[in-house]
Amino acid sequence: MDVAGDLEARTSKMIAYLIRRILYAIPILIGVNLFTFALFFVVNTPDDMARMQLGIKRVTPDAIENWKQQHGYDKPLMLNRAASGTGKITDTIFWQKSAGMFVLEFGFSDDGRSISREIATRMGPSLAIALPTFMIGLVVYVSFALLMTLFRATALDMAGVALCVVLMSISGLFYIIGGQFLVSKLWHLVPISGYAVGEDSIKFVLLPVLIGVVGGVGSSSRWYRTIFLDEIGKDYVRTARAKGLSELHVLFRHVLKNAMIPILTGVVVVIPLLFLGSLLTESFFGIPGLGSYTIDAINAQDFSVVRAMVFLGSLLYIVGLILTDISYTMVDPRVRLS
Amino acid sequence: MKYYASCLLLLLLAACDGGLWNNPYPVEDEGKSILYTAFTERPKHLDPAQAYSENEYEFLAQIYSPPLQYHYLKRPYQLIPLAAAKMPTVRYLDKSHRRLPDDAPGDLIAYSEYEISIKPNMRYQPHPAFVRDYMHLTPSDLSSVHSLNDFPETSTRLVTAADYAYQIKRLANPQLHQPIFGLMSEYIVGLKDYGAMLQQMIKNNPDASLDLNSISLPGVQVVDDTTYRIKIHGKYPQFIYWLAMPFFSPMPQEAELFYAQAGMRERNLTLDWWPVGSGPYYLSENDPNLRMILSRNPYYVSELYPGEGEPNDGQEGLLVDAGKSLPLIDKVVFSHEKETIPYWNKFLQGYYDASGISSDSFDQAVQVSVGGEASVTDAMKVQGITLSTSVATSTMYTGFNWLDPVVGGPSERSRKLRQAIAIAVDFEEFVSIFANGRGIPAQSPIPPGIFGYREGEAGINHYVYDWVNGAPKRKSIAEAKRMLAEAGYPDGLDEQTHQPLVINLDTTATGVGSKARLDWLRKQFDKINIQMVARSTDYNRFQDKVRKGDTQMFYWGWNADYPDPENFLFLLHGAQAKVGKGGENASNYSNPEYDKLFEQMKNMDNSQARQAIIDRMLEMLRRDSPWLWGYHPKNYVLQHDWLHNVKSNIMANNKLKYWRVDALQRDALRREWNQPARSPLWLSMAALLLFCIWMWRAIWKREQAK
Repeated sequence: MDVAGDLEARTSKMIAYLIRRILYAIPILIGVNLFTFALFFVVNTPDDMARMQLGIKRVTPDAIENWKQQHGYDKPLMLNRAASGTGKITDTIFWQKSAGMFVLEFGFSDDGRSISREIATRMGPSLAIALPTFMIGLVVYVSFALLMTLFRATALDMAGVALCVVLMSISGLFYIIGGQFLVSKLWHLVPISGYAVGEDSIKFVLLPVLIGVVGGVGSSSRWYRTIFLDEIGKDYVRTARAKGLSELHVLFRHVLKNAMIPILTGVVVVIPLLFLGSLLTESFFGIPGLGSYTIDAINAQDFSVVRAMVFLGSLLYIVGLILTDISYTMVDPRVRLS
Repeated sequence: MKYYASCLLLLLLAACDGGLWNNPYPVEDEGKSILYTAFTERPKHLDPAQAYSENEYEFLAQIYSPPLQYHYLKRPYQLIPLAAAKMPTVRYLDKSHRRLPDDAPGDLIAYSEYEISIKPNMRYQPHPAFVRDYMHLTPSDLSSVHSLNDFPETSTRLVTAADYAYQIKRLANPQLHQPIFGLMSEYIVGLKDYGAMLQQMIKNNPDASLDLNSISLPGVQVVDDTTYRIKIHGKYPQFIYWLAMPFFSPMPQEAELFYAQAGMRERNLTLDWWPVGSGPYYLSENDPNLRMILSRNPYYVSELYPGEGEPNDGQEGLLVDAGKSLPLIDKVVFSHEKETIPYWNKFLQGYYDASGISSDSFDQAVQVSVGGEASVTDAMKVQGITLSTSVATSTMYTGFNWLDPVVGGPSERSRKLRQAIAIAVDFEEFVSIFANGRGIPAQSPIPPGIFGYREGEAGINHYVYDWVNGAPKRKSIAEAKRMLAEAGYPDGLDEQTHQPLVINLDTTATGVGSKARLDWLRKQFDKINIQMVARSTDYNRFQDKVRKGDTQMFYWGWNADYPDPENFLFLLHGAQAKVGKGGENASNYSNPEYDKLFEQMKNMDNSQARQAIIDRMLEMLRRDSPWLWGYHPKNYVLQHDWLHNVKSNIMANNKLKYWRVDALQRDALRREWNQPARSPLWLSMAALLLFCIWMWRAIWKREQAK
């Protein structure tokens, strides 16, 4: 088979693979949706949701009934025995609240806001923190891990590992509060919290990104170090050294390249989830992102938002897994998707 | 990447000009009359027919103009006209709609008719709803619209009496949350039927938009452009307080029609998100995840800063701006701060003009003298920060369920048991430990500042306190034990079964912080050998238990709607029982004599006679002790020296228009307090550089060695 023919065959196999994965995703998403629905309504009833939205002062039974009617929670949960034909399934809370999500129509939250618009608005600030943290973090963690690998079994390596253990033993909250105290309160270098769009966002983003990167150094660098140490004992590395290549060359050209599969396994899958933001960082730095959207909705018993965010999270995770598979084929030609 | 690198470079260059690096606001706002404050919880509703929370009123009260308001400076709280040209007049009518004299007995009064005249030249804020061309928008017109500010044109119009009438109709709109519809439908003539008719219209045609003016509401009559009347059943003097709340603000029908157009809701363009008011400010930016900005309404028909208040107000500088046009601040920036630590630190840096005090920062901010007087610490004084305190018109209590066979009911046995517990649970200690002293132990449901509250010995609960050396002193534990023995539980044992007495507290408290409170409460019960069991549950189950009367004891609280004793005493009225009636009497307390006195008292004007009835009612409550009266919280607010005219007013939510900021002083102090420390930056960079050099040398050496 010629090269073009081989490429065509690989492409068609990949497309078939992707279609199959997408089809697999549908039952997974239905299952996740069903599970979320069951969990939510085991804990909360539509009456509870109405009371939560209406407040505790002067709430009458009529007001509760009215709220349920206005928000579509006056229907049976999953099976409408009073309806006929398909209405038995479709005229239920489950169907009404779930069907639209498969065409990414998330509808409105229980307090009347457009969920799609809310997600679109809050995604940007979340990405403004998460993306630089992720990219800078990846470079820093891999570099630090490579350095430790380079100086493996020396005092420097031991010190690096000890530092990693110390860093990963400290709570993320400590980094945030400590960072705010030192950098913002004591040294007045950046605002303590807040956000702006465009160029003005830089001063608000610097500290959360720095803290995000520092907070991840311990665990991530240790993980990458382990991967590199696994690789460095392999035959191809010995061969490379025997050919007289410098240790730096061996590490960066051979070890790093061959360690890409385990690195990508952990890294690519989280890329789509970066949109969802970080709860703690966004809360403490006043970033108007998606980090707290789900937890706020759970506290407010807002099922419309909860199911939308769980659905989106599952979808993005599936996308992440597919991207990971695709990335394997890019870094290792031996990997075939079929 | 290049973009970020250049921005970083720009930031570093900008840093060299001596500007404040940690300033979260745009530099061009320096020197402007802007108030900077924060909110911790985003508002759910900004529609005056739906909003009913303090955090919502913080915004709405600045945007809408109901007919009345509370005098900012005078105490006790006093209603004065806001949008009304004068105080409403009330006429009493009998069953045949014939006029009765003003002093007619309450039982003869079948209807009360309030006539309200509004100021003639009031105008709405600039808003696209008043532009005719925007009333028939197509999807393509809205394609580039993402916010209300994307409409290039705005307009305004005069506020009319019909707008006030329209808003009252909206209170019955079933498509909205209707927090006070239940209450108002009992009073406003025809409102219940009006709501039922609207409900029927929706049922008949669910997709059609409601035209509220297609049905008349008999209880509301528009006399002319500036006058309207509200007719209510019977005599309800507290109705006038409701006229000071946003529920009774004007609403232009155009606003509803504008927002009802296709495509608006999908863009979050709703009346519940973008209010249309005639108050001193309008909402010019609404991103509740980040900030909400109120700007001065250019069409606001100005009022003047009050010229009189309490005797000390002049000395405290609260009358300096007397006679000046309101509002005194051009813009108010509310930033969303979810966490208390950044909020507090930004206040200390001068980036917020005022702040509450979280328990974490209390010791840093406030010192309490031996006499119990609270003042700011020396560190705060140096910064020119001052403290203002006020007792909230709220009460936090622990209720006994009147339906419970052990702790409830009117029997002598249960009454003495409740009284013994009331003595044992030391709320002075509770306030000291858990509220940093920010509260006063309650002697009854009525907090200070409300008619019916009595100071001194006459106002204490004699079943729990003695009056000693000019102050209330909690009775001894020995006395509590004696009462307990009289109740049939000597030494905490049931004298019939000889089993220890166990009382359950239902609570939603589950966290670590709550554990300390529950442990404390257990200790209080231990003093008289009663075992207290905390039954922690989630919010939904807790509410359900209270509704069904499946509790023995529970925590509860109440914030006043208006400063009248009726708004507290109704919480123990039999007709308001939670079980069976779904009212606000969570204890299900029932005492026919109390109920009778309540009915008598609720419609009376404040007078000696009313005070006498309240005294009798409070005596019954103290004797029956259906609640552990708990405490009335105290609000502590810190403010910077550049913020003027701040006087605590629990009832008035529209206070921002009275405040004034000295922006120049603020800028100068911010500069003094926030100069960036550059040395850590240079040291960090130098350390990084040294590390890189050292590392490079180590790698080089290693390679050479190989």
